[in-house]
Amino acid sequence: MDSTQKFELVVIGTSAGGLQALKRLLAELPGDLSFPILIVQHISPRSDGNWVSILNAQCALEIKEADEKEAIVPGKVYLAPANYHLLVEEDRSCTLTLDESVNYARPSIDVLFETAAQSCGAGLIGIVMTGANSDGARGLQSIKNNGGLTIVQDPETAESSTMPLAAIRLAEPDYVLPIDEIRELLISLHWVQRTRGSK
Amino acid sequence: MELTDPDLDALLSAIYSRYGYDFRGYSRAHIKRRVLQRLRLSELDNLALLQCKVLSDTRFAACLLRDLSINVTEMFRDPGFYRAVREKVIPLLRTWSYVKIWHAGCSTGEEVYSMAILLQEEGLYDRVRIYATDFNQVVLEQAKAGIYPAERMKSYAWNYQRSGAKAAFADYYHAQYDSAIMDLSLKKNIVWANHNLVTDSDFAETHMVVCRNVLIYFNADLQNKVYGLFNGSLVKGGVLCLGRKESLRFSNYRDRYSDMDKDQKIYRKNYRYG
Repeated sequence: MDSTQKFELVVIGTSAGGLQALKRLLAELPGDLSFPILIVQHISPRSDGNWVSILNAQCALEIKEADEKEAIVPGKVYLAPANYHLLVEEDRSCTLTLDESVNYARPSIDVLFETAAQSCGAGLIGIVMTGANSDGARGLQSIKNNGGLTIVQDPETAESSTMPLAAIRLAEPDYVLPIDEIRELLISLHWVQRTRGSK
Repeated sequence: MELTDPDLDALLSAIYSRYGYDFRGYSRAHIKRRVLQRLRLSELDNLALLQCKVLSDTRFAACLLRDLSINVTEMFRDPGFYRAVREKVIPLLRTWSYVKIWHAGCSTGEEVYSMAILLQEEGLYDRVRIYATDFNQVVLEQAKAGIYPAERMKSYAWNYQRSGAKAAFADYYHAQYDSAIMDLSLKKNIVWANHNLVTDSDFAETHMVVCRNVLIYFNADLQNKVYGLFNGSLVKGGVLCLGRKESLRFSNYRDRYSDMDKDQKIYRKNYRYG
């Protein structure tokens, strides 16, 4: 990682075991985080948004479902709604689509990661966590190819190791870490950016 | 591979001038993803080569056209929407002696047949005409045929049962081998027509416009243009139905409509504006 690199967006993909993992990662992040976070958690197409409000109640950050054309702003966490793909536009707004499933998933992690990589290039941090399929591996690879920072949850610590393993194999990520250390890394990047910004 | 905006602009302009399909106002992230995907699948080295192929090879062009347009749909998608139509819109439609419905961006027709079933169950179908349009002739032909894979009927029936159903879903199609053929009685008041929301004009004297999950693919400028088209088509007091994640809230037309059902994005055009 280049120490002058400025990060403007974090994207996270999780599947089986993801809710617990997300809670652990997000609960202790500061409410004024310098970068917004976009998340794809594989979820039943018929799910209501209830889990979003449960997660929101446990975190200092504001957590919500992404709306169509919504502007992406720091300090907020946007979750892909059930049954929609979430895409990132160059003007840092959300697009939702109903294209067919990718890797049997809608929302798909690859769709979020690939569009975010195109839009944010080296300003992007991509994180793949627990899951029982291989969605996200190709997306993480394209984040890496576009100069972004790539992180995968240590498969040994994941409830389901398939997704982290697939991502490690294809993308050769910058970091492989347990969740607590991913959180510490995000917090230190936040502080570096905060300090640099106030100079 | 990186796709630069000028290259993409050039491709979209070329497609427009050669074939008349205008994707320039579509979500950039969506278009980029689809073009990159086609590039990967076709094993072409760069966008310039892809552009050459699109211009010279009409079969390849049709393929890309299909990639860029949106053809994912299902019967009674979002059952709550159909329930809201039954409860809130049907009583209003009953007050007109003749009802004209424009279903814009109907794709392969599943949601048009759903509406026809609903209208038939509510005893209104005989005084309704549905104009179902799409800009893609291939999907329009499929819609007209009304033949769908039988394996999908189970999940359609699940949706149907939650839409305020008054019968059994199996009453509305005939199974033949692996296909389900929609009942003829559903087709009689549907007019299928080729219409492009981006480049064609409005439909006069429409009582209800249904356009669900099409506008999410458009940028804000194009959305406003299409909302203008719908507004020009709707009679005063007419009904506009959008997709679950679509909203008039950020458009130039928000003051001209009132909510009929906030969650299901059903709006009514005001009698007076301003």
